[in-house]
Amino acid sequence: MQPASDPRITAGSVALAAIALLIGGAFAGLLVEGAHDLSGAWVAFDPYLLRVVRFTLWQAALSTLLSVGPALFVARALSRHPRFFGRAFILQLFAVPLALPAIVAALGILALYGRAGYFAGLFNWVGGQGWPGIYGLSGILVAHVFFNLPLATRLFLEALQTIPSDQWRLASQLGMAARPAFRLIEWPTLRAAMPGVAGLVFMLCITSFTIVLTLGGGPAATTLEVGIYQALRFDFDPARAVALTLLQIALTFIVVLALTRLGANVVGDTNLPVAPRRYLSVNGTEATLNALLIGLALLVVAGPMAATVIAGLSADLDRLAGETAVRQATLTSAVLGFLSALLSVMLSLALTMARRALASNRRSGPMTLLEHATDTGAGFVLVVPPIVVGAGWFLLLRHVGDVFAIAPLMVVTVNAVMAMPFALRAIRPAYDAASERHERLCAQLGISGWARLKLVDWPSLRRPLATAFAFAMALSLGDLGVIALFGSDSVQTLPYLLLARMGSYRTQDAAGLALLLGLVCLVLVLAADRLGKGMARDV
Amino acid sequence: MSDGAADGKGVPVRLDKVSFSYGEALFAFDVEFTATQITAIMGPSGSGKSTLLNLVAGFEMPRSGRVLIGGGDVSGEPPAVRPVSMVFQENNLFAHLSVEQNVGLGRSPSLRLTDTDHADIAGALARTGLAGKEKRLPRELSGGERQRVALARVLVRDRPVLLLDEPFASLGPALRDDMLDLVAGLHAERGMTVLFVTHQPQDARRIGQKVVFLDNGAVAATGTADDFFAGAGPEAFRRYIGAGAGDALSRDIARKRT
Repeated sequence: MQPASDPRITAGSVALAAIALLIGGAFAGLLVEGAHDLSGAWVAFDPYLLRVVRFTLWQAALSTLLSVGPALFVARALSRHPRFFGRAFILQLFAVPLALPAIVAALGILALYGRAGYFAGLFNWVGGQGWPGIYGLSGILVAHVFFNLPLATRLFLEALQTIPSDQWRLASQLGMAARPAFRLIEWPTLRAAMPGVAGLVFMLCITSFTIVLTLGGGPAATTLEVGIYQALRFDFDPARAVALTLLQIALTFIVVLALTRLGANVVGDTNLPVAPRRYLSVNGTEATLNALLIGLALLVVAGPMAATVIAGLSADLDRLAGETAVRQATLTSAVLGFLSALLSVMLSLALTMARRALASNRRSGPMTLLEHATDTGAGFVLVVPPIVVGAGWFLLLRHVGDVFAIAPLMVVTVNAVMAMPFALRAIRPAYDAASERHERLCAQLGISGWARLKLVDWPSLRRPLATAFAFAMALSLGDLGVIALFGSDSVQTLPYLLLARMGSYRTQDAAGLALLLGLVCLVLVLAADRLGKGMARDV
Repeated sequence: MSDGAADGKGVPVRLDKVSFSYGEALFAFDVEFTATQITAIMGPSGSGKSTLLNLVAGFEMPRSGRVLIGGGDVSGEPPAVRPVSMVFQENNLFAHLSVEQNVGLGRSPSLRLTDTDHADIAGALARTGLAGKEKRLPRELSGGERQRVALARVLVRDRPVLLLDEPFASLGPALRDDMLDLVAGLHAERGMTVLFVTHQPQDARRIGQKVVFLDNGAVAATGTADDFFAGAGPEAFRRYIGAGAGDALSRDIARKRT
């Protein structure tokens, strides 16, 4: 049905080549550096390194436990009450951390629990002594729970909503109480979803950079990613950076391998289906307990957000808005974020189209290598965290010229590729469904090329493309990983400027900037969510 | 039922020793459909009814053999240039385009329409009972109306062969009869060759002139509809439509099976 040289397949191949170049270049940088100073890289494997590895795994394990365990029960509580005032708002709120820049959350948490935070007085009174603030392991855990408790809750809730409503009808007909209903109906579903959810959270925590950098507060609480950053930016110790990077890759590779074995879906979603009609009655005790659970989760999630807003509003916003540095950083962030989102959406669309074209040309028989690459290739991007890609290129280009001059290029490309798994998640189902409906009709009526793009593809893809764009832009705007390596006085993004203000103890300024950054990302995520919902309605 | 179609401009459709495989399933078709007649294509699920239409329309390419339409070999031609129109069971319309635009695509795939085209589109919409609904979107139409839009597009496309792949299977009995009568009426006016896949014996009986019965990926029997439904069809056909064929063609047993 398709001509042999389908432009969609060409586009996909070009996109794959671009991604391979980005990742391959980073690896080349690491290899060249490692070969250059082999003994140096070897020496870098010292007890300190082992301690860093141990801490990386330890904090990730604890964060996972503290996020996923409570999330099980919060999700169950939400599913037991499919209709109450504010439920939709809570779910919406739980989607926010997914795209809230980590540095904004870190500031919110400091504003709440820090040494001079809103709760410091209370803690002083309870503890009877000076509250040391929340730096270190406890700070990292609180931040990770803030991010991952709502994520895990949404994923578990999604799983619970796949239980057919007939089972609930049957349960209420049989007079099943809450406990047996949990044991016989809810738990099997939750248990099936558990490895995937726990794996995803674990993965996010071992690659967490910003949180550890801002809340770790010292060498005692350092992870591999922060170690890479410090080795490159402060110690000028490329050999150590290579050793750390290789360890990080090995670690994430093992985790992702285990995850795919467990059949996990490694990317979160911003949309939740509407709760189906339920046939269940919840007694008073359980309802109270559920309300308490949901309320606590709400506090954990909403607390830092509220603190961000309050602290931000008390900053001297007028002065900040007038500062050249702030204006410059805002402009840089906007331009880089826009370009990055555009690139991300284009790459994702190219891969999606190529995959679909290859699949429909093939009909039956085994997948070709190219189809495999377009199908799962983007997922492997997750194995290589932004810091690692950045570090590889940093080491490679160090010999060639001014590393900091290519900062914009690195920020745009690395963030574009990092947002791809999320963009694909928005674009691919829509494209495949549209193609399913339209392919034969277009072939029959001879609609192709530009006419097809204008009349058929664009109208059905406009919304998913916009969703992917908004989400990718939010992720890119909030990223601190790449810019932390490549940033300089001449190229500053908002998160970079924020980090600088934090570093020089200008907390008020930092809070004001965090509010600005957080609001922009919030607007983008809400837009993505709204667009995604409209999409579901249209079909 | 119309025997002598208006200007008889339908053309014969022939599958000449066509073989095709889809995964494990093998198909071998060698059959001719008479010009300007309505042929009902029947057979159990998986017997290859839709595959046969897809081969004629060009959505599937034969592994060997030729597809001949009006004497010309179209085996290598893409769907859009073949002299056929096809109406599917669903997804005949672009959900984001209006009724008028969906019909207009039958005239110009880039929707560049002349005044004559607009007049023809209006005529086709009126003929299919859709006058006044030009600006509606498909989701504002009933299931039957959507298939009427597809038929209106068939009219403006004006090809000598019409392929119907169970287009009315999801409609209620009375509505289905209306649609069948509409098809019969259009056939009477235009005289195209119609290949009509259906599971419903009474549909085949209502408008079919010929019957082609498929079984297990090949043509098992062909004949006139009258002969088939008078009990002269092959044993497999009688088994397919159910015991006591003659009478049992009442609506009760004639539920869609897939």
